[in-house]
Amino acid sequence: MHAWLDTLLQGLMTGGLYALFATGLALSFGVMRMINIAHGDFAILAAFLAVAVAAALELNPFAAMLLVVPAMAALGYGLQRLVLNRTLGKDILPPLLVTFGCAIVIQNLLLEVFSADTRSLDAGSLGTDSLALGGGLAVGVLPLLIMGSAVAVLAALQWLFARSAVGRAFRAASDDAETAQLMGIDNKHVYGLAMAIAMAVVAVAGIYLAIRANVSPTEGPARLIYAFEAVIIGGLGSLWGTLAGGIVLGMAQAIGLRFDPGWGILAGHLAFLAVLVLRPNGLFPRTRDA
Amino acid sequence: MTLLAVRQLTAHYGDFQALFGIDFGVAEGETVAVIGANGAGKSTFLRALAGLIATARDSVVFAGRAIGGELAHRVVALGLALVPEGRRLFPSLTVEENLLIGAYAGRPGPWHLERIYALFPILAERRKLQATMLSGGQQQMVAIGRALMSNPRLLLCDEISLGLAPVIVKDIYAALPGIKAEGTSIVVVEQDVGQALQAADRLYCFQEGRIALEGAPRQLTREQIALAYFGV
Repeated sequence: MHAWLDTLLQGLMTGGLYALFATGLALSFGVMRMINIAHGDFAILAAFLAVAVAAALELNPFAAMLLVVPAMAALGYGLQRLVLNRTLGKDILPPLLVTFGCAIVIQNLLLEVFSADTRSLDAGSLGTDSLALGGGLAVGVLPLLIMGSAVAVLAALQWLFARSAVGRAFRAASDDAETAQLMGIDNKHVYGLAMAIAMAVVAVAGIYLAIRANVSPTEGPARLIYAFEAVIIGGLGSLWGTLAGGIVLGMAQAIGLRFDPGWGILAGHLAFLAVLVLRPNGLFPRTRDA
Repeated sequence: MTLLAVRQLTAHYGDFQALFGIDFGVAEGETVAVIGANGAGKSTFLRALAGLIATARDSVVFAGRAIGGELAHRVVALGLALVPEGRRLFPSLTVEENLLIGAYAGRPGPWHLERIYALFPILAERRKLQATMLSGGQQQMVAIGRALMSNPRLLLCDEISLGLAPVIVKDIYAALPGIKAEGTSIVVVEQDVGQALQAADRLYCFQEGRIALEGAPRQLTREQIALAYFGV
């Protein structure tokens, strides 16, 4: 019983990281109706940037994060304005192809610059510290921090979407891009902002991943799959659903791992398939398509 | 004083030419009606003015400034707002959020949330509902209120009576004098000729992408209008 509680607790914590990976994907789909195939690769790019910055400036990972996250947000805005906005239209294929191309470019750039070696960020004792919860249960400080970050990011985004003028503009542009322009909304700028936020959040995710584990230059697509699964399990267009999706995925993997070390990833995919069969719209569907 | 001056405006959808050299004007404080059969180019004309269809820069002069082909989000910031055909409310926004987004351009002026609720009191009761849960007439009120929130100098209304019961249409048109009283000029596109004649100071009739008739309603005879509307 105790071992199972521990398993579920660790799975829950992993869910926080998956939610961070998934949020940007949900955001760019929610606002631009665009799927960013390079989403996972951008996370890995941010992780390697943080590795390089931390090494060059002798910074700890969190200070490096403060530098890399704004840089990734700026990259996201520029990429959206200069490249991705031109791919948006009735046809959903061009953004898929262009971001697929971005993924290949990023992977090869990282291989070229950093070689195929895996890297990680050293956060000192924070990486291994844990809090005792009583009853023999313990939770790592880092996973707790990641979960806290995920909840904070989602709460901030929820507030932004529900209460702010920019959030209204996001929703309006998503509903009806042409009519949004009639309201004075510059869609191209709004899409740039959405991509900047998506990129900032996925940069946080990638850097946390590199603190928790080793990352390799070609790991992006695998991260993209987990992000996709979390988004779909949670329900497209629902922010808190993304967290729920991440948690379901994390717990399923943790349960699988308890049976056999080789079953963790498979159990996550099976949970995803089960949700697709039982609730094809996800647990908290929000998206309304006219 | 002239607020809007349109000279030889043409507009195309791909290879198809929809408007052929439109000359059109609106004076400050004036209400102008545009009538015409389906496909005469009325909506295309309004969309061109609002910046949704490309036109030559000099063919639209608004408040002394050439704005033809300007991007739609900049046109509304200059004070020219369109109530689009079919209302086009944002389904994921509430009534109040739909109105608030109308103020996104941030133009100062007399219109704000409370004034819109005073103009259409029913909207105040429904402010928290999703906009698409309202009746057709109420949705049209939201669409007009949303455009007013940008404090336009010129309000373009595309078929605001479309699909509504006559009694509702009367309610909606009853709001126009209150809008005029703020000094806003209005262009209404209508298929309902009677409604247009009643509301307007001046009238244009479109036929196959050209202007077939122009004048004050009192000076035009029913025969003239019928001829301009249907052609021969």
